[in-house]
Amino acid sequence: MLSIRCLSKSFAGPRNKTVLSGLSLDIAAGEYVAIMGESGIGKSTLLNLIAGLDRPDSGSVTLDGTDLTGLDDDAMTVLRRRRMGFVFQAFHVLPYLSVAQNVALPLVLNGVPDADMPARVARMLADVDLDEHASSMPRELSGGEMQRVAIARALIHGPSLVLADEPTGNLDPESAAHVLALLRKCANKEGASGILITHSRAAAETADRIFLLTERGLEVIS
Amino acid sequence: MELSAASVRRRLFLAPIAEHKGRSILSIIAIALGVALGYAVQLINQTAVNEFTQAVQALSGQADLEVRGPRSGFDESLYPLLARMPEVAVASPVLELLVRIAGKREPLMLMAVDVFRAAQVQPELVLSDAVESIDFLRPDRIFLSRSAAEWLGVGVGGEIGVQVGLSEVRLQVAGIVRGANFRQPLGIVDIGGAQWRLEKLGKINRIDLRLKPGAGVETFQARVRSLLPAGVLIERPEANVTRGARMSRAYRVNLNVLALVALFTGGLLVFSTQTLAVVQHRAQTGLLRALGMTGGQIRTALIGGAAVVGAVGALAGAALGHLAAELVIRHLGADLGAGQFRGMVPEVRMDPLGFLLFTLLGIGTAVLGSLVPTLDAVRASAAQALKSGDEQRMFERLRSPLPGALALLVGVALTQGPSVLELPLFGYAAIACFLVGTIMLMPQLALVCFRGMPSPRPVSARLAVAQVAGAPGQSMVSLAAIVASVSLMVSMAIMVTSFRISFDAWLERLLPADLYMRTGLFNDAAFLSPENQDRVRSIAGVRRAEFLRRQQLLLAADRPSVLLLARAIDREEPEASIPLVGAQVVAKIGGPPPVWVSEAVADLYGYRVGQTVELPIGGRTERFLVSGIWRDYARHQGSVVMERDVYVGLTGDRDVNEAALWFDAGSAAERSAMAASVEEAIRASLPGGTNLEIHLPGEIKARSLRVFDRTFAVTYGLEAVAVIIGLFGMSSSFGALVLARRREFGMLRHIGMTRRQIGGMLAAEGALVSALGLATGIALGWLISMVLIHVVNRQSFHWSMELHMPWGTLSAFVAAMLGLAVVTALASGRSAMSHEAVRAVKEDW
Repeated sequence: MLSIRCLSKSFAGPRNKTVLSGLSLDIAAGEYVAIMGESGIGKSTLLNLIAGLDRPDSGSVTLDGTDLTGLDDDAMTVLRRRRMGFVFQAFHVLPYLSVAQNVALPLVLNGVPDADMPARVARMLADVDLDEHASSMPRELSGGEMQRVAIARALIHGPSLVLADEPTGNLDPESAAHVLALLRKCANKEGASGILITHSRAAAETADRIFLLTERGLEVIS
Repeated sequence: MELSAASVRRRLFLAPIAEHKGRSILSIIAIALGVALGYAVQLINQTAVNEFTQAVQALSGQADLEVRGPRSGFDESLYPLLARMPEVAVASPVLELLVRIAGKREPLMLMAVDVFRAAQVQPELVLSDAVESIDFLRPDRIFLSRSAAEWLGVGVGGEIGVQVGLSEVRLQVAGIVRGANFRQPLGIVDIGGAQWRLEKLGKINRIDLRLKPGAGVETFQARVRSLLPAGVLIERPEANVTRGARMSRAYRVNLNVLALVALFTGGLLVFSTQTLAVVQHRAQTGLLRALGMTGGQIRTALIGGAAVVGAVGALAGAALGHLAAELVIRHLGADLGAGQFRGMVPEVRMDPLGFLLFTLLGIGTAVLGSLVPTLDAVRASAAQALKSGDEQRMFERLRSPLPGALALLVGVALTQGPSVLELPLFGYAAIACFLVGTIMLMPQLALVCFRGMPSPRPVSARLAVAQVAGAPGQSMVSLAAIVASVSLMVSMAIMVTSFRISFDAWLERLLPADLYMRTGLFNDAAFLSPENQDRVRSIAGVRRAEFLRRQQLLLAADRPSVLLLARAIDREEPEASIPLVGAQVVAKIGGPPPVWVSEAVADLYGYRVGQTVELPIGGRTERFLVSGIWRDYARHQGSVVMERDVYVGLTGDRDVNEAALWFDAGSAAERSAMAASVEEAIRASLPGGTNLEIHLPGEIKARSLRVFDRTFAVTYGLEAVAVIIGLFGMSSSFGALVLARRREFGMLRHIGMTRRQIGGMLAAEGALVSALGLATGIALGWLISMVLIHVVNRQSFHWSMELHMPWGTLSAFVAAMLGLAVVTALASGRSAMSHEAVRAVKEDW
């Protein structure tokens, strides 16, 4: 489903820094992997390259047969809109949209008819146990609840790939465990592959495979 | 809450505007003020010109061509010559004069016509409810337009006194002209009677021609031109409109530009607020990009938001502008006090095209103001934007200084450009380049100023210096509007001060005598005869009397007339009488006599010192040597000074309009004390002496300076609005920047910094940034004032002036603005010192 070949990325600055060098990775459809590594090693950079939010210096990223590195910005954006979902450490829930409207945002961007929206949103909110908060505003929610909104938003449009960047970084251990379980369950239910970036071993244990990103590249550790 | 694509898109689009209501409202107000000023000025100008055009067209009637000479007239024998030409259907002779009416300061336009001819060319002119139709031929009767009758407070049967020479000629009102198009005060009399009673025997100054069907107008015009005496032109009636509108065009255009400056400042405020909004919503924009919103969709949303703000502001501004135009015309007149449209009180009518133009300008300004921040938002890396706490990085980034530097260089090049259609368009463009270029270089300026600063001891001040040095881009955002408005205010202050002091010095040079008298400024029928001149010379206490004759010269059909001033002047030392600029040559005996032309004549007609020119004097073309160029602030259409002896020799005209008297008393106090007795003696010894205007030089100077101040009152008002908008911009920017840094303030409170210390830090930041803005604004203002003085004023009004810096005014202004800026920064930071700020460290948004 996702194939990464010889991916490299450096950042220019006072001291040029090579973050990724010749990295390769294959993820099968429906597979859920975790990538661990120490701070600053390039985990988020790898995620951004996969998502097309940044451009590699060299190498390729292929999703379902489409070479992402050959697409222009608008084409990449459209592909991301249709086939990817995101869960961020900082939640990034829009404060001026209700819970339901936040979750519906990918459907709106993908041009789903209005008639189909309420049912799909209701189903997704039920899956993340937020069906009673459809009309609530984000400021009324706890951290864990906001992350569940983000999970619902990430999966509502049926993406083939979910990218979660430290989704439990701002949560207490109990909420973190709940969110991780929910993320795994919903991804499986929607048939989406998943990449979980984390520095927590416990979080990584929810994945099918665990990779360790080091200066030498990606190593399978579990 | 509704769940549909439309509702979600609507919330995405409008929520950021609603979230920052204060800033959105400020932007709307700024755009509204700019549009209101621009539309009001445009409406006033257009109304005045339309009114003038209508008046001129009403007077022209159905004439195909007009033969027009100076107000003093030309020989009436030209009339039968033209009337007998085969192409001419009707020729209507006219004597058109401005006359003074007893008891009134403003003149009345008097049209002396042949009623039978005029009825065929200007039928509305002779339509009235006359008591008897024969009254049209009576020399002691006058017909008035409705506005004239109301102004003079007379009706049919009443009498008015018209000043002729120094005497008064009584005329009975025989009827009110019915023509609805005659909105200005107008009197109509029989031409034969007028020539006799106004002492213009044998003279007319206009012939209206209606040609036969099929006659070629251009061919006929070219044929007649060769028959005309010097100084008499043949033209289409529209040329009169062009000439009249041209008189005030430079003034009107300058007002338009000033009004647009207010709009420009509003645009900079939108730039500041939009930039801050983009910074604050950076992460949200990154999220939307991550979720699949394209750059184009984000661009449309941001620019659409700005367009909504612009539209609301523009519509409100246009409505306000219409109201303002009505108020200004009612209280200041259609010419805003400048004097070009004397006696007119036009009605303000809605101008659909102007309304649309200024609405679009308002929207366009808001959109342009948001363009750079929008492009920044679209170009920014979504990955970078999603990192929490990234906002500050946008201000750390320094753009290339090249565009700003290039703009400044282009501005310098543009200052060398010539006038276009007698307007300083290159000058205006240069000012725009200087403004934009300086604002673009603000971050570099901030970097140079603040990074080089020594680190102060108090921690608040030290943090303040570190903040402003570390985020130079912040200065451009905070200060764009204030730099623009301060620079324009400073430039106008320098220009107006320089002008006023130069004007004052000019008056001092031109008014050396102890007493001045004149027969009335806009009074073609008034004069002092040679006998009256002798009487004045013989009055006790008068040591010396110099007399001056004013006449019009028509040098070009498409230009207003130039004023000829025939006066006593020593051709060897002319600078004793008039303020010369530049080189001079002395006319040789036997060669062409000398003339001294004003700067306007030199600019408009291309006359140079040492050049021999031809001028129409006494109906003939005579040759003169341009001996020098002089500064004349009173007549921006141009003037020519000639020795009175030469003038009398060429024309035989010994009448005068003005006199300057020197007393034979010793000290200034004695001369001042004599003035009243001399004035009394003049009025007593001259028949009609009570009709003379007699003033001390100090009175003339004071009145002239009052007119000067009134003329610039409107510009002061426009500048004040621009400064207010700039202050709004600064206040709004400070507030937004402080809000964006709440987490930082919360952290500082956590580590033990007191509210007072944070307040001190904000006050220091405000003072530092404002000081930079003010210093930049003053320097830029000086630069712009140079353009105003040497390019804009010179090309608009053909005036030169010496530079005088208003140090007192500038110092007071700087102190006030600095104080306001510190207060603004402190007020904005109040929330930063609250308990919410402490909790802000936990927030991600």
